[in-house]
Amino acid sequence: MRQKIFPSVDAAVEDVPDGARIMFGGFGGAGFPNNLIQALARKGTKKITAISNNCGTRDGELGLMFKNGQISHIIASFPGPHANHFQERLAANEVTLELVPQGILCERMRAAAAGIFGFYTTVGVGTEVAAGKEERVIDNRRCILESPIHADYAFIKADKADELGNLTYRLAARNFNPIMAMAAKTTVVEVEEIVPVGALEPEHVMTPAIFVHRIVRARGIRYAG
Amino acid sequence: MPDKPRLTREQIAARAARELPDGAYVNLGWGIPNLIADYLPPGLTVFFHSENGILGMGRRARAGEEDYDLVDAMKVPVTLAPGASFFHQADAHLMTRGGHLDVAVLGGFQVSEKGDLANWKVPGARGSGGIGGAMDIAAGAKVLTVCMEHNTKDGAPKIVKHCTYPLTALACVDTIVTDLAVIDVRADGLVLREMAPGWTKTEIQELTGARLL
Repeated sequence: MRQKIFPSVDAAVEDVPDGARIMFGGFGGAGFPNNLIQALARKGTKKITAISNNCGTRDGELGLMFKNGQISHIIASFPGPHANHFQERLAANEVTLELVPQGILCERMRAAAAGIFGFYTTVGVGTEVAAGKEERVIDNRRCILESPIHADYAFIKADKADELGNLTYRLAARNFNPIMAMAAKTTVVEVEEIVPVGALEPEHVMTPAIFVHRIVRARGIRYAG
Repeated sequence: MPDKPRLTREQIAARAARELPDGAYVNLGWGIPNLIADYLPPGLTVFFHSENGILGMGRRARAGEEDYDLVDAMKVPVTLAPGASFFHQADAHLMTRGGHLDVAVLGGFQVSEKGDLANWKVPGARGSGGIGGAMDIAAGAKVLTVCMEHNTKDGAPKIVKHCTYPLTALACVDTIVTDLAVIDVRADGLVLREMAPGWTKTEIQELTGARLL
């Protein structure tokens, strides 16, 4: 049977090519795959399209990758007050941004996960996010058409994995991670602990193993502020 | 501009708190709305929703109590109320968009007489701006209250005929609570429901960019 457990974060990201589309979990400092991000920084993969709620916290989270010039396009909802490396790259036209309402970002990834090729929503109607999008009236409400967001990889953070890749998350560190796990072709998870098959209660599993392809144990890193 | 005391940010929050119905599921946005949790009237029970996947969010964590896996949408460590639950971000926004929240309270840069809201980007500001959850919340809440100062620091009205700032959502605001007034957005226009102590309708109208009924 295919072995999902990788010996190191570097081994888990070793094949990520230049130009890859990568989803990165995390919100508000919680649930960021910071060990995987550091491994990708060491590997030096370039021209990444990143999909993430935010754009880093100073040198932390995706800030490191913007500092290194590894990301050329990002789809995000809230770049954040401390995304200084991103803002500098954006001002220098070294990175492009697609700004997406947060729930629509989730739903576009979930559409990709679910084999749904578009959906209509009232969110963003009459605002700059509606630019270039098909509009129609449904049930007397103006709606715009949104498309799925696919990715080659999802880099996520969970609390525990069993050896098959069933995952649990801690408190509000769940956030975007389960959605991204479902939406990407290859999902790489860093976890605090890997437990034997059968150690997780089936009804407590939050991400079923079918969505998880690579597991690596790494002690979580959190960046302040 | 009349040199009279206006409500403080805390007083705006306290006034907006009195708009919340008992038992409501409520999302509080950045800025003044985030203060509302500290000013709930005695006996009122509401359940706070956070778009990072918490229902039943409690007070802010005290020193020594912080767990950085348990933060609100402003990244501040919080606690849980009894009966709280966690879910992922897509379900959190299914709640905002799908009309499941009873009340959302957001900050605002401008509100138009039609109830259009602009609250995510100041024209000409440096950097990208950020939408976050505001567009999903504004589009979907059953009742949307906006808390903001009545005027900008330069004295310009923030309640206007048409928003000139980038929009968050069209015709979404139900009630505006400012440091001068409580105003309801109705089909026939903006209704001045309540004035801050010592202020007259004429004075408030002069500081407002749209007609008050």
